[in-house]
Amino acid sequence: MPIDIDSSSKFDKYANPGVLVSTQWLSENLQTSGLVILESDEDVLLYQTGHIPNARKIDWHTDLNDKATRDYIDGEGFSAVMSRLGINRDDTVVIYGDKSNWWAAYALWVFKLFGHEDVRLLDGGREKWTSEGRDLTKEVPSPTPSTYPIITRDDSSLRAFRDDVFLHFGKPMIDVRSPEEYSGERLTAPGYADEGASRAGHIPTAASVPWSKACNEDQSFKDRSGLEEVYLKGAGLEGHSDVIAYCRIGERSSHTWFVLKYLLGIDKVRNYDGSWSEWGSLVKAPIALGEEPGPLPQLV
Amino acid sequence: MGTLESADQLIKDFAVLRETEKLDLLLEFSEALPELPPRYADHPELLERVEECQSPIFLFVEIEDSDVVRLFFSAPAESPTTRGFASLLFSVIDGLSVDEALDFDLDFPFKLSLSNAVSLLRLRGMLGILSRIKRQIREKTQQ
Repeated sequence: MPIDIDSSSKFDKYANPGVLVSTQWLSENLQTSGLVILESDEDVLLYQTGHIPNARKIDWHTDLNDKATRDYIDGEGFSAVMSRLGINRDDTVVIYGDKSNWWAAYALWVFKLFGHEDVRLLDGGREKWTSEGRDLTKEVPSPTPSTYPIITRDDSSLRAFRDDVFLHFGKPMIDVRSPEEYSGERLTAPGYADEGASRAGHIPTAASVPWSKACNEDQSFKDRSGLEEVYLKGAGLEGHSDVIAYCRIGERSSHTWFVLKYLLGIDKVRNYDGSWSEWGSLVKAPIALGEEPGPLPQLV
Repeated sequence: MGTLESADQLIKDFAVLRETEKLDLLLEFSEALPELPPRYADHPELLERVEECQSPIFLFVEIEDSDVVRLFFSAPAESPTTRGFASLLFSVIDGLSVDEALDFDLDFPFKLSLSNAVSLLRLRGMLGILSRIKRQIREKTQQ
């Protein structure tokens, strides 16, 4: 049974109003049947220190990544994770997390690769919930395992691979990393570990729009007109654009992917999860340095 | 106080735990990280930021009586994993002699059987802390 969407007037203006819930809405729906709350954090222990009542934990790395190959889990793996978490195929899933919802958006993106219909983000994530002084608990729920079907993962419309990027030159790309990573001044975000790219810079022609441009100070998403200012007016995207977003390993760009696809309703938006940690190490992949997007590469 | 035996013991302790228990133990360490003494709490500029960690963590090394290594850390409560890494290193290195600390196994983070529970990517943060501890010791003892 579908669960009503949060009909806040802010969400109403987005292309897909049903993909966000407010902290207030969630606090009123903590016990709603058919609704599963998931916490997805960068910090693997944060959930254990206290979480939203009834929330279950999902980890982007230990749950959603394949153990050996640099890839996501397959249909059987996803089914097993869903079953353990007690999630049914028709459940409404609300995800929130630390770091402005980076990893929550990343988890949502993976859910969408498996076509899970109703997945929403908590606007403002963990930080907004805690800053409002709302309840946290250390009580870990023990859900009854569900029977989740084995769904073949479909990467075709939401995920871009390196070969897709080569074919994409001439169409818009958004680099969501910090300006210093974009220009090539540094290899990783300030405060982040080196994840192995051997060259710094950006994919030629990609526009620099750091992920944080989508957020208000309290980490909630900007309203529709604020987002249009940044991505349509600022970066020149249009409703019918075919866009690829990338960052370092795909987490910050899933945040931007979510904004472009669901909040602004842009037609075709793919997340290139190989991102800089792949492109920056790929032999002969063209790279631009400096603050400008750089010319269209001549590929032979 | 840390001893080289305590590092070996910790490696053995983690090895026999189930994945969820490993996280529980790491959380216990996280909660046990000592507070900064006022001389550092009031002067955060004295502390060095560990850039390799995903969350902000700052550290300072003192050499007591010209040979005993003392460690001081500051990391926010919202970063329990980073606090746990710092606390694990504190438990095995604080109190070692300069030579013992400089010889301390750089591979220690990867011997804790945490790669499945925590992920290798995150463990690199602990290596970053350890490397900076050693660098500060060398700087302070001109080795």
